[in-house]
Amino acid sequence: MIEGIPIVHFLVVSTIMFFVGVYGFLVRRNLITILMSIELMLNSVNINFVVFNKYLFPEQLQGHFFTLFIVAVAAAEAAVAIAIIINVYRRFNNINVEEVSNMKH
Amino acid sequence: MNLSISIWVPLIPFFIFIFLSLAGHKFKPLFAGVLGTVGLFVSFIISLLVAYQYFFAEGLLNGAYQQIIAYKATWLNLTDRLVVSMGSLVDPISVMMLIVVTTVSLMVHLYSIGYMKGEVGFTRFFAFLSLFSFSMLGLVLAPNIFQMYIFWELVGVSSYLLIGFYYTKPSAVAASKKAFIVTRFADLGFLVGILIISFITGSLDFDQIIPMLTDPNSPAFQEGSKTLFFGMSVLTWSVIFVFMGGAGKSAMFPLHIWLPDAMEGPTPVSALIHAATMVVAGVYLVARLFPIYALSAPTGLEVVAYVGAFTSLFAAIIACTQFDIKRILAFSTLSQIGYMMLALGVSGYGGEQGLGFTASMFHLFTHAMFKALLFLAAGAIIHAVHSNYMYEMGNLRKFLPITHITFAVAVLAIAGIPPFAGFFSKDEILVAAYHHNKFLFAVEYLVAGITAFYMSRLYFSVFWGKHQHYHHTPHEAPKTMTIPLMFLALAAATTGFIHFSEFVSSDLIPYESHIHWNIAIPSILVALVGISIAAAMYMKETTIPDRIAKSFRGFYTLVYNKFYIDEIYIFVTKKIIFNYISRPVAWFDRHIVDGSMNLIGNTTARVSHLIRDFQSGQIQKYGFVFVSGVLILAFVFIYWWLK
Repeated sequence: MIEGIPIVHFLVVSTIMFFVGVYGFLVRRNLITILMSIELMLNSVNINFVVFNKYLFPEQLQGHFFTLFIVAVAAAEAAVAIAIIINVYRRFNNINVEEVSNMKH
Repeated sequence: MNLSISIWVPLIPFFIFIFLSLAGHKFKPLFAGVLGTVGLFVSFIISLLVAYQYFFAEGLLNGAYQQIIAYKATWLNLTDRLVVSMGSLVDPISVMMLIVVTTVSLMVHLYSIGYMKGEVGFTRFFAFLSLFSFSMLGLVLAPNIFQMYIFWELVGVSSYLLIGFYYTKPSAVAASKKAFIVTRFADLGFLVGILIISFITGSLDFDQIIPMLTDPNSPAFQEGSKTLFFGMSVLTWSVIFVFMGGAGKSAMFPLHIWLPDAMEGPTPVSALIHAATMVVAGVYLVARLFPIYALSAPTGLEVVAYVGAFTSLFAAIIACTQFDIKRILAFSTLSQIGYMMLALGVSGYGGEQGLGFTASMFHLFTHAMFKALLFLAAGAIIHAVHSNYMYEMGNLRKFLPITHITFAVAVLAIAGIPPFAGFFSKDEILVAAYHHNKFLFAVEYLVAGITAFYMSRLYFSVFWGKHQHYHHTPHEAPKTMTIPLMFLALAAATTGFIHFSEFVSSDLIPYESHIHWNIAIPSILVALVGISIAAAMYMKETTIPDRIAKSFRGFYTLVYNKFYIDEIYIFVTKKIIFNYISRPVAWFDRHIVDGSMNLIGNTTARVSHLIRDFQSGQIQKYGFVFVSGVLILAFVFIYWWLK
């Protein structure tokens, strides 16, 4: 199904996704948005893994496995991060990273 | 019994001081007084035991007294040779001082229970008295010059604390500061002297430095006497510096200015510290190092003699014009300590030659008794009249019979009338001066007459003279105050009969000394003349004193204002030192020293202010910098790569 689509197309999509993620990570101040940006970056990496595996080493599976690991770890990370965000919100009524600068207590 | 028991003499007051300072407030005030007195009584008994043991059992060996180090504990091991230890040195003068200090201190403790009754800070007073007793006894027993210096400063501190006992009174605070600063300034000289001596000998122990510095063949002596500095050997300079410390503590001219002001303290304190014990520490110091003065630095000894003689004359003249009874006694103390210094100054070394040394210690002993008595009696008078001023007193002999008689005994003792104690010691001093220096002898003769005059003036004005109308009838002091008076009167009347030369001598070898009637009889006559003039002027109310004061108005004003020495000090310090030394130094400190430090500080602060934003702690900013860096590097590499 993906035969006929050149590799560059996938790479362009993943690059765009990555830099959208980077931009969001650097610019947004909302913790949830930052978390979403990180997911974007992770997923662009996943696309790269899968695509390179498929196009360059079709008889091997390392890329696929890495992708699965990343998905699993990302899920765990999201769970932890969201728990932290909820706690921060409960304490400060705010999830703006610039205003949540008090590390004590 | 072992002589090492002597360390308990200072330690008992020390423990009492600690106890009273920490837990004294939990008890009734009277408890502090009783505890202090009982503790001192124990110290007194131990001193007597030590004295008995030393003089009659252990001390004398082959016809000479030994210097026994009864106890020694190493404190600081600085180098192999320089070791500082604490301990007790038992020899004739230290044992004699133990007796003097514990006797007077015990009497003052007992007296203070009555005198200080109901005062705020009664417990504090006794704690400080114990601290003082501890310091003074430690000073007396010191086997090395370093321990002596430590206790020297401690007596200075306790003197400061006790002069400023009434710390709500500005004049007392000023007097305590004055005393502390003046003696501290003098102690600087003492410290320099200690440093020079320990530098040339490499030791601090008296039993090492004295033999080293008196033996002409020792390398230390060679080094000290060969090196000249402004025409005098370093050794001479060192003993003069040590004497400067002694002169400060003993209030010798020109460092005497603190002592009259120190009379702001409670009267028992004046009796203990500023008459009998602490102020003779300077005499004791010179006596302790006497072999060095006599054998190696005769110039230093001349300085001691002339300073002593001048102070005795100078203070005696001032005493004739004062009206505050405690100040009169203070000037008389100055004068008598001048006598002691003079006696040391005119003394030779060994045997009959060392009569001056014996006389000085003898006079120290008798003076402690009769001067403490005078002060305590003055305290009883002040207690009865509520004034320090002679012109508010008169005809007190009817109201204060015990005080009157004891005071009279003390006056006769200080005036040198036989058989009271002062006669014997003063006679020995005059004999020693006669053999050494006729000029100083003549000065001291004159001073003996003036002493008799001003003491009788005080006595007649207070106990005879005009009838005063007191607001309420003066009453005799309570028993706790009169018992010390009677005890000290007994001592002042009888201690003269001790054959001092059999116990205390410059070279530790006892010898016989006799009263020299050819010198004693004129001195008695001079004293009688002084007493008769005073009796004529003050026994009945007359106008003679006023007329004399009027006819010598200029001189009288000069003397009444104590020769304006205090004003000269104020002028020198405030106008000259403050303006021309302190101010430039302060400017240098503020602008150059502080300025350079501030410049460094400010520059750092400014730079860090500039770069502070880089350390915001916000990951996003760091991430931005990081990503920008990566992007720039990526562009650079791609650019090169494509080229």
